[in-house]
Amino acid sequence: MNAALLIDSSYFIAAFLFIYGLKRMSSPLTARSGIVVAGIGMVLAVLASFLYTLDVNEAAKPHLSTNLTLALLALTLGLGWAWRSGKKVAMTEMPQMVALYNGMGGGAAAAIAAIELIGYKTHGSISLSLAVLGGLIGAVALSGSLIAWAKLDGRINGTLRFAALQLVNGSLLLVLLGIGAYIIWHGGSVAWPVFAVFFALALIYGVMMTMPIGGADMPVVISLYNAFTGLAVGFEGYVLNNPALMIAGMVVGSAGSLLTLLMAKAMNRSVANVLFSNFGAAEDEAQGDIAGSQKPIDAGDAGINMRYAGKVIIAPGYGLAVAQAQHKLYELVKLLQDAGVEVKFAIHPVAGRMPGHMNVLLAEAGVPYDIIFDMEDINGEFKEADVAIVIGANDTVNPAARTNKSSPIYGMPVLNVDMAKQVYVVKRGQGKGYSGVENALFYADNTQMVYGDAQKVMVSMIQAIKSLGGGH
Amino acid sequence: MDYTTTVLTGFVALYIFMLAAFTGFEIIGRVPAILHTPLMSGSNFIHGIVVVGALWALLNASSLPEQIIGFLGVLLGAGNAAGGYVVTERMLQMFKPSTKTPKE
Repeated sequence: MNAALLIDSSYFIAAFLFIYGLKRMSSPLTARSGIVVAGIGMVLAVLASFLYTLDVNEAAKPHLSTNLTLALLALTLGLGWAWRSGKKVAMTEMPQMVALYNGMGGGAAAAIAAIELIGYKTHGSISLSLAVLGGLIGAVALSGSLIAWAKLDGRINGTLRFAALQLVNGSLLLVLLGIGAYIIWHGGSVAWPVFAVFFALALIYGVMMTMPIGGADMPVVISLYNAFTGLAVGFEGYVLNNPALMIAGMVVGSAGSLLTLLMAKAMNRSVANVLFSNFGAAEDEAQGDIAGSQKPIDAGDAGINMRYAGKVIIAPGYGLAVAQAQHKLYELVKLLQDAGVEVKFAIHPVAGRMPGHMNVLLAEAGVPYDIIFDMEDINGEFKEADVAIVIGANDTVNPAARTNKSSPIYGMPVLNVDMAKQVYVVKRGQGKGYSGVENALFYADNTQMVYGDAQKVMVSMIQAIKSLGGGH
Repeated sequence: MDYTTTVLTGFVALYIFMLAAFTGFEIIGRVPAILHTPLMSGSNFIHGIVVVGALWALLNASSLPEQIIGFLGVLLGAGNAAGGYVVTERMLQMFKPSTKTPKE
């Protein structure tokens, strides 16, 4: 059997399985099998690539056994570490793990570019341009993702901002493009320190680009770097004449770009706005006074009122996940359902730390996805609801986004919880949300505040309802 | 039968890039928001295919710097693929409808 034919057909099948798997992942019914399908494609492609050992460059032949040992060692170490860390990570920490793994992919693409360049293996201006561009994008995705991971993981606090930052970053990018053009202009035959400076500056640029961005915007940035890595992989695939890399990389590049735009849109920001503005720096601007006061209510009383309601809509936020109250919440929901109450979940597109994150957290607690609704599907139902209960959410339920033009979040789509007959807000204290904006909902006439840790509040509500005894 | 690898250059490569880009766009375009996080993670897994390119580069390395960078490339690429798979699989296996009894 011809090894080249075997390798090419394996890649063909792998490329098909990736696209088919991604397609299956795009519906909740088939999603689970989608990742398995794509996984089979990956195993096939990796196994097939060991056939490369049969046909390596003349120059590499004396090193083959060393290289093969190194390859097996690197595969085992990378796979073992990532498998264990992936199994261990808590669902709330998923976004930063995705960032970390994504950065690793970007680093791998940059490494391919580096080998091609320092070994002077790439010829032709198209190949060389794509190698340089892929290396640049990959390196930026690597260091940028690492910063994003460190920020979400709480390892770096605060943001780096100074007046001339955008100017510095702009100049840095120009210098990078200049060096890249210089490499391409000289057909790749430049001294190795040029490559070293190029990759070092690209890594620094990734750091500088990500440091000024606040935690709330990080999901958009991670998604953007995901698209970046895809592009870099696609470009390096061209350089290596590997169609599997080209197809997989470009599919992810475009899918990731679209996902980034959808996320940014859900937050009512443009991608440029996320990357280059100083959101949150001007939070002390006059936002207009809010009339009324916050009215507290006992958790047990609120629970009993829900027990006798006809329809309850729950608007969960990241605070729910922080308090680890999803399981208790679902226990409460089942109790209400047993009492004949119609319960629905309303999910804001950016509830949690990235779009869809809250759905994952609820799914983990066992909440079936057919009582969970997207914002646009349920926003019309709030006016029919007897009770809307907000748990650990703030900016995503602020009616000021609809009504107050001076509010920094004006125009952001929000859940219309304020239209329910009665609103309960479960909250730890009287603080502001992630954006630092005061919430008019908390002062509304039909709102009552349940202060306390979300998990403890859930427990009190469950106990209060259970103490009523069975029956209707 | 003598088979040599197809060389993808110029417009053939451009066609592949274009069609792949449309494919990615179409797949994501109709996805409900509840799947955005798993899909981001799933697409993150798929670009883990970069490990295959890194393997080729490492196996064809002929100097120490190339071997070091190649080793790092395979290490990072394998981490991307394995990590991406595990977290995506963990997220997706939790999606179940209420009509079926969830098994623990």
